[in-house]
Amino acid sequence: MQEQPDRPPAVTVEHVSKSFKTPTEARHTLKERVLHPLRGRGERAFEALKDLSFTVEEGEFFGIVGRNGSGKSTLLKCLAGIYSVDEGRMWRRGRMSTFIELGVGFNPDLAAYDNVVLNGIMMGLTPTEAKARYARIIEFAELEEFQDLKLKNYSSGMHVRLAFSVAIQVDADVLLIDEVLAVGDAAFQQKCFDVFHRMREEGKTILFVTHDMGTVNRFCDRAMLLDHGAMVAIGDPRTVGDHYLELNFAVQAGTQPHQVGERAGDGSARIVDAWLEDHYGLRRAQFLSGTRNIFHAVVEFDETEEDPSLTVAFRNEHHQNVLVVSTLIDNREIGTFHAGDVVHFAVSFDNVLAPGRYEPIANLSHAGEGHDLIDRWENQLSIIVRALHPSGGVVDVPHEWKIEHGTLDTPAPFVESTA
Amino acid sequence: MASATVARRTDLGEPIKGPSALAGDFRRTLTLTTAIAKNDFKLRFFGSVLGYLWQLMRPLMLFGVLYLMFAVIFKVSTEPSFGVALLLGIVLYTFFAEATAGAVTCVMDRENLVRKIHFPRLVIPMAVVLVATFNLGLNLIVVFIFALANGIAPSLSWLGLIPLLLLLIVFAAGLAMLLAALYVRYRDVEPIWDVVLQLTFYGSLILVPYEVVRRASELGASALVANPLAAILQEARHLVVDPSYASAANALGSPTLLLVPLALVTATFALGLWVFNREAPRIAELL
Repeated sequence: MQEQPDRPPAVTVEHVSKSFKTPTEARHTLKERVLHPLRGRGERAFEALKDLSFTVEEGEFFGIVGRNGSGKSTLLKCLAGIYSVDEGRMWRRGRMSTFIELGVGFNPDLAAYDNVVLNGIMMGLTPTEAKARYARIIEFAELEEFQDLKLKNYSSGMHVRLAFSVAIQVDADVLLIDEVLAVGDAAFQQKCFDVFHRMREEGKTILFVTHDMGTVNRFCDRAMLLDHGAMVAIGDPRTVGDHYLELNFAVQAGTQPHQVGERAGDGSARIVDAWLEDHYGLRRAQFLSGTRNIFHAVVEFDETEEDPSLTVAFRNEHHQNVLVVSTLIDNREIGTFHAGDVVHFAVSFDNVLAPGRYEPIANLSHAGEGHDLIDRWENQLSIIVRALHPSGGVVDVPHEWKIEHGTLDTPAPFVESTA
Repeated sequence: MASATVARRTDLGEPIKGPSALAGDFRRTLTLTTAIAKNDFKLRFFGSVLGYLWQLMRPLMLFGVLYLMFAVIFKVSTEPSFGVALLLGIVLYTFFAEATAGAVTCVMDRENLVRKIHFPRLVIPMAVVLVATFNLGLNLIVVFIFALANGIAPSLSWLGLIPLLLLLIVFAAGLAMLLAALYVRYRDVEPIWDVVLQLTFYGSLILVPYEVVRRASELGASALVANPLAAILQEARHLVVDPSYASAANALGSPTLLLVPLALVTATFALGLWVFNREAPRIAELL
């Protein structure tokens, strides 16, 4: 993300607060109002957003994360102009488009054309633009053969494809996206993300609401964490992601969230030490690509633990886990450990990492799928991987070339396929 | 210092405002209203095999029954033009009822749109009125055919119908905005408006012409014409069906009194617009 100090932000939010008033006694009719003019005046205010201020730079992919009911969707609706805010002000630069739900207002009894034109107009196109783009929309949705069918005869997949095609044809500078991607199969989701990526490359700003930290880590430049309507963290997705995990675990364990810098997990066991050894068995911080290395961890158990799991990840500077080894994958039943036990874990692996700087991270979790964290060891060690030759990828595996002259009929050169 | 702040504020682009009736964009409101109304109309027109015939059936059936009772059995009026006058009345009333009753629940019916897209809220009730207007246009063709079949010669005075219809549409639009906004807060507006519509049917000189009511009470008949719907209908009959029907001015007693129904139309429209505009920002939350 390059700095553009001279350009004002694409979206500015200043001290925005929003509360919903829920009457303590619902009065939905005139009769009730007339018969009991004084009763049930009480109203309970539910604060959905509390004094939020932030900016989103132009061309940024900005994630808004939070658990259910944290106010993230309310924020998106305020930004989209669907809800009015109680306090504070917001600005946007350029045209804004909202994908809160795909295909809003599609009528099942009309054919694709009528629906596409109406939906396009709803999303901000002029009728002429909407009609002119129809062909492109139907082509992108791959529905040319089915365009004369009424929408009720479409499969749900076709429905979603059509809706998404309309949505991305609306040229907006700022896009507000609310977990639209929860629908559709993996291939469709990938297609959605490809489109969002392309849009970002075109310099569009994207605000993306989700409860899935994985998506944020993969796609966002920056993220913001909301909890109970207030901002808990903002910044680099990894930091925000850690806060989010802590918040989730805090709720499960019934404790307060950890402060920045504290260890994640419930702490019923601790990784007291961990280190890496090179191919000579020496504890080091620099390694040669292509050698065999060993990761060691010493764990002290405070409570009895049955089949915990240990996962070791090597994270590169782009916060991607390039290499992951885990007992979850290799051997789930690693045995029972008792309070007071000190256990030494060691795992050896071929260092296929491409040259660069990496951070090893170890997660110790309770039995299960590894989500229920006991302790996380991180920010302790930064290693450098060197190689005798440069590499273009994120990993560098042993390989062999063979090149021979010949004619079109010459058999392919023989390369040993097993080491 | 202050000016620096102002400059910075303008750099930030457009302020994001909450939802409103017009969303500051009259043109978009208009385009959207037309687009939604067109689709709705298309649905009704092509929705079933007989399509438009069903749409026409309701006013025609009502007309058939009433004509049989009042012109053939009870002989309320022996005028040969009674049939045309009755049909015209029913068609205008059908428009009024369709536009207003349809508007009551319209915001709720389009809940999905309101909660998920930012657009001028006024579009929703206006689309209902527009669809009713399309239907009115088609129904009026039937009225004209029926009038010609009854020996009524076309005349230039028929053009006078245009401002009358515009006035009727403005009146219906005002009520549509008012009812749509009120229904979001008070759900019993629906049955209440049902009753009001029935009263309007009998109170708007549709069935019993002004001339017949006047025989019972002159003041009562004039008072009924103060109702905008009755005044518009009375004038329409005078212009289209037969000049022997009293014009609205004559029925009221003096041309100055025409200001009463006119003022009622204006006031209704202004009130409807004001209430809807006031409620628009909160509609999505109240649903």
